Amino acid sequence: MLFATAIGIVLSRDLIAVVMLTGIYGFLSASFFVLMDAVDVAFTEAAVGAGISPLLMLLTLAMVGRREKASRSRNFFALMLVVITGALLMIGTFGMPAFGSANAPAHMHVAPRYIEQSGTEIGIPNIVTSVLASYRGFDTFGEVAVIFTAGIGVLSLLMLKPAQRKAPLSNVAKHHKVLRIVSKILIPPILLFALYVQFHGDYGPGGGFQAGVIFAAGIILYTMFFGVDVAQQVVSSAVLRVLAAFGVLLYGSVGLVSMLNGGEFLNYSVLAENPLTGQHIGILVIELGVGITVAAVMVMIFYCFAGQQNKKEEAEE
Amino acid sequence: MTLLMSHYNYWIVVALMMVGFFIVIAQGNLVKKIVGLNIFQTSVFILYISAGKIHGGSAPILNDSITVYSNPLPHVLILTAIVVGIATTALGLALVIRINKAYGTIEESEIQQRDHSC
Repeated sequence: MLFATAIGIVLSRDLIAVVMLTGIYGFLSASFFVLMDAVDVAFTEAAVGAGISPLLMLLTLAMVGRREKASRSRNFFALMLVVITGALLMIGTFGMPAFGSANAPAHMHVAPRYIEQSGTEIGIPNIVTSVLASYRGFDTFGEVAVIFTAGIGVLSLLMLKPAQRKAPLSNVAKHHKVLRIVSKILIPPILLFALYVQFHGDYGPGGGFQAGVIFAAGIILYTMFFGVDVAQQVVSSAVLRVLAAFGVLLYGSVGLVSMLNGGEFLNYSVLAENPLTGQHIGILVIELGVGITVAAVMVMIFYCFAGQQNKKEEAEE
Repeated sequence: MTLLMSHYNYWIVVALMMVGFFIVIAQGNLVKKIVGLNIFQTSVFILYISAGKIHGGSAPILNDSITVYSNPLPHVLILTAIVVGIATTALGLALVIRINKAYGTIEESEIQQRDHSC
């Protein structure tokens, strides 16, 4: 099914259809991840692949137009290249271990240690969270920094001017009472659910990345129905910029505090008398930092795109 | 037949990856190129996640009644990769919008024409 959707994306010339197919594709891969036992990943993919990414693409299309021009010139050459590369990769797969085998090399190294020891060393049931936040905390710090940098990149490309106009309800909200009411009922549970995912990440599937994305999706939904200007009165973009930086700094300062307490950078065991409590505190705080940064950057990016859209409409008027 | 049963996940990954690759090199539309990159990216996610699967394994959340867990490490890597992926996709789309502003088109061939003519 994934493959069929992908083929549909190649063949379709209408870019709106392509974006819709991308949403379906994201949803399908999320369900695939559930089948593969990767519940944390499925969470993220459902919010990102089926929610935020098609939205951003739609906003882009609103600005650049939906028709694609046919270009046939290099198709044959490209197809040949793709077939040859694919065939070579196929030959490569014969050397790979069988699917689902417990003796594959990937399961022989560090993974058994995480599974056997993380319960006693970190003291939280969700192994994914303990690996993400504690064992590989340094990696995750880098990734949060990458997200922050991408946010700055978008901001510098599509700088949002502060809104000076009055803020009328957007057309969608004015004309669709049903949509407006449904969204008002839905948004509080979405935000609440995001907080649950944030703080329950130690025990069930969840954590800062997922929570940040879900929280952002809630605010983006609000923005879509009531317009950027109204949403900015709730969460202004200046606040978002500060929050995005604050999340990264919160993460980094946990590392510094643990250094001051005599441990290594991001070694949470020294944060409290009992190493397990220290780990708990450290993971909770850095997940919060991750969540804040991810949510702030996503909403910021969305504001930038939507702000461009508004400018274009004004220019046309 | 056993080979088919035990390796089909890699073949799906390769097929998806090639579809994404084809879109990136053969299509001139910049938005579609970004969609192609996304497909390419997802195929890598699927490769990692399926490598972490163990038959009879369960989601890696500790519980006394479970003995076999799937490998948690690929999950961690891909989880962060997805969020980083959407951030970079957004950056790409922002670039597309700026290109559209500067050139008035997002078709690669037309952009090249305009570059050569002036």
